[in-house]
Amino acid sequence: MNRRKLEERFFKTLMLLSLLVVMGCLIMIVGTVMWRALPALNLAMLTEIPKGGYYLGKEGGILNAIVGSLYLAGGGTLLATLLGLPIALYVHFCAARRYANLVRLAMDVLWGVPSIVYGAFGFTIMLWLGMRASLLGGIITLALLELPIVVRGMDESIALVPAALREASYALGATRLETAGRVVIRQALPGLLTAVLLAFGRGIGDAASVLFTAGYTDRLPDSLFSPAASLPLAVFFQLGTPFPAVQDRAYVAALVLTVIVLVVVLIARQLGKRLARFIVR
Amino acid sequence: MRLKAGRRAREMATRWAMGLVTLAASWLVVWITLALALRAWPILSAQPLDELLLSNTWHPAQGMFGYFPFIMGTLWVTLLAMLIAIPVCLLVAIYLAEYAPARLYQPLKPLIDLAAGIPSVVYGVWGVLAVVPIVQWLAVSGPGHWWGDFFLFGASNPTGYSVLAGGVVLAIMVFPVIISVAEDVIRAVPQGLREASLALGATRWQTVKHVILRRAAPGVIAAIVLGFSRAFGETMAVLMVVGNVPQVPRSLFDPAYPLTALIANNYGEMMSIPLYDAALMGAALILLLVVLVFNVGARLVLQRLTCWE
Repeated sequence: MNRRKLEERFFKTLMLLSLLVVMGCLIMIVGTVMWRALPALNLAMLTEIPKGGYYLGKEGGILNAIVGSLYLAGGGTLLATLLGLPIALYVHFCAARRYANLVRLAMDVLWGVPSIVYGAFGFTIMLWLGMRASLLGGIITLALLELPIVVRGMDESIALVPAALREASYALGATRLETAGRVVIRQALPGLLTAVLLAFGRGIGDAASVLFTAGYTDRLPDSLFSPAASLPLAVFFQLGTPFPAVQDRAYVAALVLTVIVLVVVLIARQLGKRLARFIVR
Repeated sequence: MRLKAGRRAREMATRWAMGLVTLAASWLVVWITLALALRAWPILSAQPLDELLLSNTWHPAQGMFGYFPFIMGTLWVTLLAMLIAIPVCLLVAIYLAEYAPARLYQPLKPLIDLAAGIPSVVYGVWGVLAVVPIVQWLAVSGPGHWWGDFFLFGASNPTGYSVLAGGVVLAIMVFPVIISVAEDVIRAVPQGLREASLALGATRWQTVKHVILRRAAPGVIAAIVLGFSRAFGETMAVLMVVGNVPQVPRSLFDPAYPLTALIANNYGEMMSIPLYDAALMGAALILLLVVLVFNVGARLVLQRLTCWE
């Protein structure tokens, strides 16, 4: 066997080893969380709020964090979608190409901004507006964090709509926005929903941005202006206590969070495939 | 053909509204930078920049704010993470793009995408449960004895919460980011180049080494830079495993205190001490500016490579 073959063999082995390392780590992460959380998982954990303080009290569960997280990420995703859809449509239907690419660049750069910076920015805005840490503050911050994901995802799915469909619509006398609203959105719908779900997944898992803006509390949020707990922060705060019973809540919160995110991402992928059947090609 | 006035007005009004939202959103990066700069201004004007960036002392109560230990903490952890992640990710990306048979690729690809969605706190929990104990074992009972104080391996910190733990957790967090971008870039290399190289009798690895990687180099570098800036700004996972002691680390087993952790840990009391909040916002500004520079560069390269529309 000559040197080239040996080299080929060597690097192929190295690649397979790396693949094994990457996959092994990912499986281990989910496995470790499940191994710690499953023994602690019970109905009370999911349906009760913590009793005697989330940091010290050993009774109760993480309902406050589950509800808070769903409110935060749900509200944030709704807001991000309301802002993001017009942007994605504008980029495709109204903007000149140079400007469109500039907007895309801006969104890609926003995507890379660390979530703690969003948190600090949201906190600054809230200070100026005189708001305290609240559900609303968290929702706004998460919406900003999710915006680039929504826009770029929608942008890419709109780009996949065949130009002939648009042209047919124009030929019938529809304006650009009529075409956008009645033809293109329907065609791109699976892709649009996928983008929204992925943004939700990112939003619900993000801790650093809600740390400043949404606060943390044992109670369920009763208005937009009351603070709200969230799953990532439930993990973070409760893992730091010396009490195993409280740490169990952290593990369960991590498991619930992982399951929500994985389910949402899987639904997003399936939805993309399922709805694609109805698309005119 | 003329449109009826009402229909035309609606079209124009909607277009204007959408244009306005787009304009506001595309300037969002600038708004964020300005807001942070404005909030950080008191500290920036109170102390000269070199002192702020290079001073070692962090005593908020005495009005002493030196970012140096935190900047070094961030750099140590991030660079270590990249050192681990780059070779592994490139090998995996090459394998997925060039070697993997379809029946292996089909299930692997979605798994990697899923991994990109796992929240950072979950990586952090795994770090605390799995990585920290291993690092602790390495430092205390295991090989820590015989490598003693050798260069980067001085085992002075017996807790396991260290640069090494942070770097490992971060590396694993950026795996999916680097792999998926690098794989796309490698896939985008024209098929003809591959065929020409193989036709000349090159092995597949020689083709990868001499043709594909050369052609894909800018994109691969962009992928690495994206991974770097992701790691640079990551907060929660690092915060949970890195130890958070404000000192310049001197060994892999020393604790560190990255900028992100500094902000996240102290936001609670920052309003109670003068200049403290400005100092923390300044830290956020540093993070943002570094990430922006890297990101804009990487994105411009990728934009040119993938050539939108």
